[in-house]
Amino acid sequence: MTVSQVSFGSHEPILEVKNLTVRYIGDTRSTTAVDRVSFSIGTGEVFGLAGESGCGKSTIANSIMRLLKDPATIAGGTISFGGKDVLAMSPEELRRFRWQDVAMVFQSAMNSLNPVLTIGEQIVDIFTTHAGYSRRESLRRAGELLELVRMDPARLKSYPHQLSGGMRQRAVIAMAVALKPSLLILDEPTTALDVVVQQEIMAQIKDLQRELGFSVLFITHDMSLMVELSHRIAVMYGGRIVETAKAQDVYANPRHPYTRALMGAFPPLSGPRVPLTGLPDGVKFRNIADLSEVAPGHFVAPVDASAPMNDSVNLEGAAR
Amino acid sequence: MSHSSTSPLAGPTTSTPALQIRGLGKSFPLGGLFSRASLRALHGVDLTLGRGEIVALVGESGSGKSTLARCVARLEKPSSGAILIDGVDILKRDRFQASRAFRSQLQMVFQDPFGSLNPAHRIEHFLRRSLAIHGKGGSSEQEIQRRLEELMVTVGLQADMLNSYPHELSGGQRQRVAIARALAVEPQIILADEPTSMLDVSVRIGVLNLMRKLRDDQGISMLYITHDLASARYLADRTAVMFAGELVEEGESLDLLANPAHPYTQLLVSAVPDPSRAGSYDPVRRAELRQAVMASTNCAFDGDPNQPCSAEEPVRHQVGDPKNSHWVRCHLYQPWAGADGHALASEPTLATERTHMKASA
Ligand SMILES: Nc1ncnc2c1ncn2[C@@H]1O[C@H](COP(=O)(O)OP(=O)(O)OP(=O)(O)O)[C@@H](O)[C@H]1O
Ligand SMILES: Nc1ncnc2c1ncn2[C@@H]1O[C@H](COP(=O)(O)OP(=O)(O)OP(=O)(O)O)[C@@H](O)[C@H]1O
Ligand SMILES: [Mg+2]
Ligand SMILES: [Mg+2]
Repeated sequence: MTVSQVSFGSHEPILEVKNLTVRYIGDTRSTTAVDRVSFSIGTGEVFGLAGESGCGKSTIANSIMRLLKDPATIAGGTISFGGKDVLAMSPEELRRFRWQDVAMVFQSAMNSLNPVLTIGEQIVDIFTTHAGYSRRESLRRAGELLELVRMDPARLKSYPHQLSGGMRQRAVIAMAVALKPSLLILDEPTTALDVVVQQEIMAQIKDLQRELGFSVLFITHDMSLMVELSHRIAVMYGGRIVETAKAQDVYANPRHPYTRALMGAFPPLSGPRVPLTGLPDGVKFRNIADLSEVAPGHFVAPVDASAPMNDSVNLEGAAR
Repeated sequence: MSHSSTSPLAGPTTSTPALQIRGLGKSFPLGGLFSRASLRALHGVDLTLGRGEIVALVGESGSGKSTLARCVARLEKPSSGAILIDGVDILKRDRFQASRAFRSQLQMVFQDPFGSLNPAHRIEHFLRRSLAIHGKGGSSEQEIQRRLEELMVTVGLQADMLNSYPHELSGGQRQRVAIARALAVEPQIILADEPTSMLDVSVRIGVLNLMRKLRDDQGISMLYITHDLASARYLADRTAVMFAGELVEEGESLDLLANPAHPYTQLLVSAVPDPSRAGSYDPVRRAELRQAVMASTNCAFDGDPNQPCSAEEPVRHQVGDPKNSHWVRCHLYQPWAGADGHALASEPTLATERTHMKASA
């Protein structure tokens, strides 16, 4: 697919996902959570992934990390990282891959810390086991990491339950960047952060990213934040990518009706209160076709002109 | 456990607010067993939730928003203050906490959808239990089934997910189950702690509209904790701003966000991401602003004789038109005489002004 060849800058892509299909096979419900998805992320690129709740974003992230568990099966496609086939990695290779090459902040970050260890012990653990630093050195670095995510280093002594939701998210972000991975996957990392801290942390990550040249896969529902921070964006719906382009193109010129609904559904921060509807009831996209290039680097899944959603998609309040 | 003022029939007069929080304080002990250090998570919080009113609570991460909600839901024991529901102080009623009556009156949607649904149960279980609390448990099985499916649809989930376990749901799907679980009870008060943070905007709007509709139809009162200022503005009648364990500003939502008076509120409003100014983030300027905010509150009510507020009597300054009941509490905030209350225009001025004031104080 041509899409996967378009990446930021002239760099080699660090990650290439091709035609990935993932199914959850249940006794009552079977879902094709990810359906023939292709994209690539360049070295040093911030790639944003947005989409409907339940459209498969976390499933993609988990596939890249090889963390899918039963009843999930990768029904097709390939994932390669730095030229290596991720789906064929041995347990030994995976261990290294997971912390040093790729680190992930899970959507469940708030709930993913070990409840019986302090934040400090958990960060120190990462350094001593994966980087071989002494305890003392690890502790010093752990303090620095907390400062990076705008937390008081005194919090190293706190247990997870003693931290607010946003503090736990920040602790997990600190742990993910600890080993300076080449790819950082952030799955809704800032849902519990106020916009001030959120901006500061994302700016820190961007600085780090520029300095160290790592790549970021950034999953969020906050379209404004995503547009501000990403080089390119892909928008998903029902397991498929419906649109992908440079961030500014998606923002300024969204083509797919779902992308338009996403971009148009921000309640405004000034002016009168206008009722918004998001996607009107009953608008569903089915049998989403493969992407086609509508402008250089801008790919959209064609929408059948006769389909009912075309005229019923309500873009009320879309004025930006 | 029957108390006249909690019964809907002998209901309180409409003038009694649904929820009154008075002088609420909460400290957490820090450090080991013998340490006397403590962390002041809440201090002197006064907040009222009128009947059928939606109040948004916004503020810094770690400022005490969840702690406030958890105290009201009686999951945390406040160190001081009173919490009145329908005019009755619930802290004085020992075992009321676990009672069905309390849960049928007040429901909480927890901040973390990954930690708040017991993994051993199917989705149906959570919703059934809520229906039972509401007293619909005795209805016919058919009726219950219909209601379960209806609940799923109202939060935009497919009815066949009733059979799923929490781990089979995405983050946003779990959040919607948590919302449905609270709604099923049809309580008088809902405390919703970041209920829509994992929903895409188009689904989020649907949930916000649903919350508003419940308020309109059933007069449910809501405390809506959020970091999403735009949704606070969209949904809430009033917005309250929390900073370092205290409420620092409160007012009619549109007015508050248009004319933020407290330096922290201004910082917050100015930091809302905006794609049209992508790449404009200036860490130096932001750090200055933040410094100004910190400086203005670190010494809050410390008895500085040059400041109009004191530790004993912090003052709430009115901002703008009294009809917006917009006030700000900050000893450094002094409304300009004749500046129609909408003081503190642009950020940089603010930063230098504050630093200057501090230096000269
Ligand atoms: N273990 C599982 N068993 C069955 N279905 C699952 C399982 N995990 C996820 N799913 C389904 O797969 C779909 C995709 O889930 P995923 O978590 O990837 O969504 P998402 O895009 O991350 O959504 P959100 O934005 O709400 O977090 C959802 O419909 C979900 O219900
Ligand atoms: N059980 C506890 N023990 C000790 N400290 C606690 C406990 N619970 C909360 N705290 C502290 O109280 C303060 C307020 O936390 P709270 O969870 O109320 O913040 P919040 O405003 O909800 O933040 P966020 O937006 O990040 O969720 C924080 O400093 C937190 O570390
Ligand atoms: Mg997800
Ligand atoms: Mg919280």
